[in-house]
Amino acid sequence: MTARHKSMNAFGETLALANEQLKILSQTERLPQFAHRFEQLGEGELAATGISIFQVNLGKLCNQVCKHCHVDAGPDRREIMTRETMQLCLDALSKTDIATVDLTGGAPEMNPNFRWFVAEIKKLNRHVMVRSNLTILVANGYTDLPELFAQHGVEVISSLPHYTPTNTDKQRGEGVFERSIEAMLRLNQLGYGVEGSGLMFNLVYNPVGAFLPPNQASLEADYKRELGKKFGIKFNRLYTITNMPISRFLEYLLVSGNYESYMEKLVSLFNPAAARNVMCRTTISVGWDGTLYDCDFNQMLELTTGAGLPTHIKAFDATLLSKRKIVTGQHCYGCTAGAGSSCGGVTT
Amino acid sequence: METYYNPSDLAKFASMGEGNKPLMDKFFSWYNDVFAEGALSEREKALIALAVAHAVQCPYCIDAYTQGSLEKGATLEQMTEAVHVAAAIRGGASLVHGVQMKNVYHKISM
Repeated sequence: MTARHKSMNAFGETLALANEQLKILSQTERLPQFAHRFEQLGEGELAATGISIFQVNLGKLCNQVCKHCHVDAGPDRREIMTRETMQLCLDALSKTDIATVDLTGGAPEMNPNFRWFVAEIKKLNRHVMVRSNLTILVANGYTDLPELFAQHGVEVISSLPHYTPTNTDKQRGEGVFERSIEAMLRLNQLGYGVEGSGLMFNLVYNPVGAFLPPNQASLEADYKRELGKKFGIKFNRLYTITNMPISRFLEYLLVSGNYESYMEKLVSLFNPAAARNVMCRTTISVGWDGTLYDCDFNQMLELTTGAGLPTHIKAFDATLLSKRKIVTGQHCYGCTAGAGSSCGGVTT
Repeated sequence: METYYNPSDLAKFASMGEGNKPLMDKFFSWYNDVFAEGALSEREKALIALAVAHAVQCPYCIDAYTQGSLEKGATLEQMTEAVHVAAAIRGGASLVHGVQMKNVYHKISM
């Protein structure tokens, strides 16, 4: 597949539509339904056990157009959270004791109210994590952000699919590796990833293709050794994340003829321990327009929180949502295969 | 049968247990232990398996250990070098037997 410069949405591709993706996922009749497979564990339906992470998607606007992006984000996307919706998030948060706010996108930093939002969340004394693509931190108009992150003690989590330029650029675009290194060095200068600084800097590995991630601990050791040796870069943890069979990665699977075998692999490697620890059980996901979802993947498939539950941040009810039934689909196998996968890496 | 090798047959490997399950169970148990982390890492073992797969020219094994090597974090560069090791040993094995050819040559030549 050649490099992308615009989202699928910009080209009016059918696969950009959530319904179309769901249709393809549900057509895999030979594979057991995820909900049924989970129930075979004998613990009933998949349900939340609380809310410890309040994940907010600030919009689909991004300076990169990664081939595997589950958001179909890009510079052409205009869906972005308004300050009013951010205020609704703050109001909802203030009535709860949810400890962590996880900011994602797109490139969340490109939301014009990003800086204000981070400061307001910190006033509520919550831990803030930002999923930064790194290159935005060295782009014009955003170079002040590393200092802002350090000032607020924001935890930075960044994708770097490999410690070699070839594999990183293949997935994320030409020149991304080099700019990512520049951003990482800047973060390190401020103390990020440096022991004792208290400033957390974690990396994310996604497979560059239709296969599952390697062992997280072993790959973390490789990243630390190679990035340290070649660039003197330090970071705290590496999270390995399985690519979900949705959006652009689904497109890649279909075009490359890997869809069936990838789904079969995810299903055959269903791990009960990973299934019990899926992140949706302790997360609530807020979309750019304030709609509520069980996770960022359900958000992109437009699968809102289940029947009888609040579906918008205006009606946020922590008590109801913290024991909600989770809406599942065949894509959920992506979180339960092998060692499991979540926004925080493996789950077993 | 249209072809001797069919990619979907790889997933049927376990069906070799039909006929003698205890033997196959012993094989898989030993096989899994062989590939577990030990004095060699799982990645090193996957790369050795990939090289051997090329030496024995088993298409199932090449398929399985290309995926296996990637899933253990190997790079294309490492995998390519592993295949070269297999090729070098195969080529060297042929060449070194040339010494036998020479032995015979010298024995029967004036």
